[in-house]
Amino acid sequence: MNFDYNEEQQLLADSVRRFLAKDYGFEARKKVVSSKDGYSAEVWAQLAEMGLTGLPFSPDFGGFGGGAVDLMGVMEAAGDALLVEPYLPTLMAGQLVARAGSDAQKKAILPQVVEGKLKLASAHTEKGARYNLSKVSATAKAAGAGWVLTGEKAVVLGAAAADRLVVSAITGKGMSLFLVDTKDAKLKSYVTLDEMRAADVVLKDSKGELLGTEGGAQALVEEVVDYATALICAEAVGAMKYSCDTTLEYLKTRKQFGVTIGNFQALQHRMVDMYVSYEQAKSMACLACSKVDSPADARDRARAVSAAKIKIADNARHISQEAIQLHGGMGMTDEMKVSHSFRRLTMIAQQFGDAEHHLARFARLS
Amino acid sequence: MDLNYSQDESAFRDEVRGWLKANLPQDLRDKIANYEELSRDDLLRWHRILAKKGWVAPAWPKEWGGTDWNVVQRYIFEEECGFAGTPPLIPFGLTMCGPVLLRFGTPEQKKRFLPQIYNGDVFWCQGYSEPGSGSDLASLKMKAERQGDHYLCNGQKIWTTLGHYADWIFCLVRTDSSMAKRQEGISFLLIDMKTPGITVRPLILMDGGHEVNEVFFENVKVPVENLIYEEGKGWTVAKYLLGHERMNTGRIGASKRELAKLKDFAAKQTGDDGRPLADDPRFRDKLTRVEVELMALEITNLRFLDQMRRSGQPPGADVSMLKIKGTEIQQALSELSMQAVGPLAQPFKAVASDPDFDRFTAGLAPRYCNFRKTSIYAGSNEIQRNIISKMTLGL
Repeated sequence: MNFDYNEEQQLLADSVRRFLAKDYGFEARKKVVSSKDGYSAEVWAQLAEMGLTGLPFSPDFGGFGGGAVDLMGVMEAAGDALLVEPYLPTLMAGQLVARAGSDAQKKAILPQVVEGKLKLASAHTEKGARYNLSKVSATAKAAGAGWVLTGEKAVVLGAAAADRLVVSAITGKGMSLFLVDTKDAKLKSYVTLDEMRAADVVLKDSKGELLGTEGGAQALVEEVVDYATALICAEAVGAMKYSCDTTLEYLKTRKQFGVTIGNFQALQHRMVDMYVSYEQAKSMACLACSKVDSPADARDRARAVSAAKIKIADNARHISQEAIQLHGGMGMTDEMKVSHSFRRLTMIAQQFGDAEHHLARFARLS
Repeated sequence: MDLNYSQDESAFRDEVRGWLKANLPQDLRDKIANYEELSRDDLLRWHRILAKKGWVAPAWPKEWGGTDWNVVQRYIFEEECGFAGTPPLIPFGLTMCGPVLLRFGTPEQKKRFLPQIYNGDVFWCQGYSEPGSGSDLASLKMKAERQGDHYLCNGQKIWTTLGHYADWIFCLVRTDSSMAKRQEGISFLLIDMKTPGITVRPLILMDGGHEVNEVFFENVKVPVENLIYEEGKGWTVAKYLLGHERMNTGRIGASKRELAKLKDFAAKQTGDDGRPLADDPRFRDKLTRVEVELMALEITNLRFLDQMRRSGQPPGADVSMLKIKGTEIQQALSELSMQAVGPLAQPFKAVASDPDFDRFTAGLAPRYCNFRKTSIYAGSNEIQRNIISKMTLGL
């Protein structure tokens, strides 16, 4: 039993934190958010330089073969800084390639991802499917040596930034994955509440390349969504920590009735409850990341990830709401970073399944 | 990061589990399972079984019977006891008076009291709270006047858990009321409950149970050699006791057992629609949230233990977090258990003598009532929040 990051993990997390503190402060981030593409090519190059785009991929392709636990500190730092770069979408789609792709596909894609030259996004969710991962109605049919895909995908994070999309679609044999060039799809892009970029993606006889076994995508999609869920649990922990720390700081400086408001027991106890929520959430993020790294038992993994997501969703709501309340009117304003953490935590609570979805899934797996 | 126990730790767990299985008497196991009141003999019997095995005071130094277990082993032991459903080890001697004697006692006091505590020859209770001194402990008033070779004690203690079983009581008393600071002038005294002038009056709780008492002291003579540490320095002793390592504050093993039990009988209860209650999504979601909270608490607890093992530092204010969450979970489980039996939660003690009566079901509502105490005792959860606020957050 050991809950510390090892030396490498700690060094990496520290260097990411230093970089983000220096080059990705609240003002710098604002510029990225309001830029045309909603991400920064320079920052992306830096992330690649630091090895972050290569971290979870095999050394065979230039990566470092890291797992979710190796990414925890990075994701916490990302949550703290409210990173909007399409990092998670690239990792997620990259994992689908790494786990399903042929040697040729992996060789063609992963080294470029590792080097920061290629960005990816995964297009799975459709309108009306809610969080049900098996509900896909986009279709693919064989056309010559390849495939063509038709259908619509909703809220594909990082789609416009991505060079290639990993798209799920139904063939005669069931759910399958395909690589689609982003330029072969029609994108309707927008900004999300948490200031990332997403798009609704329309495919109409769009060219696709089969990724993995035809009809064999279901379990893999679930596995990679669990992986990504564990990562956003860690990201949430970073955003929660920021929200708690900045609120505590506010309680120690804001004066009313002649004293700092941290003197009021009504607020002290709420602040304590926020920290307790944070510690409980952190524990569950540790559990989720550890379980997605140990491939042994899919049911055990899924159960742990759902348990973690229930706690993360509940506590993200608790901490973000209290952070705003304790800041009073200032917390409501766009000027304060805490309101942006609120927006990210609000979306994390619902990303890859809200608490109710995971309560039902946990019960099914128990 | 590795959330798994080491091979050695798992082997230790197996050893403890196996031993408990073989040595926990069936009648005690049944009483715990049915939430029945334990007698003095029940409690001491289990104490002595553990003492004989050498496991009754794991944290004590080896020379006084301790085990040399590290913090993780101690945690595993307590978790297994909770999970197996053993009677509790009454803390007043083993984890309160004992550590105080070890830290502050004279060689004579140690020799006199420690073996009795260890072997379960005497039953101890705690005299801290008074009618006017609950959370605000330093306001205590019980007086002890030095008269030659003894103190003359007058006053009252309250909430004295198992005082009606006790042979001895350790008390915080005021030996000097002239001090400007209320924390000064308090002393720590050991008092034989058989001393003339002591009266114990039961306080029956709303579940009908007798576990706490009022203790009255009227001109009670206590020999000066029963003073621990210096006169007037009792607050130092009391603070040491509060900060003393509490491994099992979250009561995770016991809550795991209750959760498993609740799941099991919720599966056997019929819901309104004829299907098992366990499949009712409204009930199920409540139960799952408690289960997840317990998982999180367990990992949080392990994270603190891991830190402690490495730093060698006592846990400090983190223990307050375990107390808050642990008691919230215990209360939620007792509430859901009562809720699970629906209208059958209503029968109270009247029919308890009927041999056909389901004692387990009848115990659920009283237990719910009883468990409201957990967020009040041992420093109310509001006091725990004050501690975290001050110590950890610096507010």
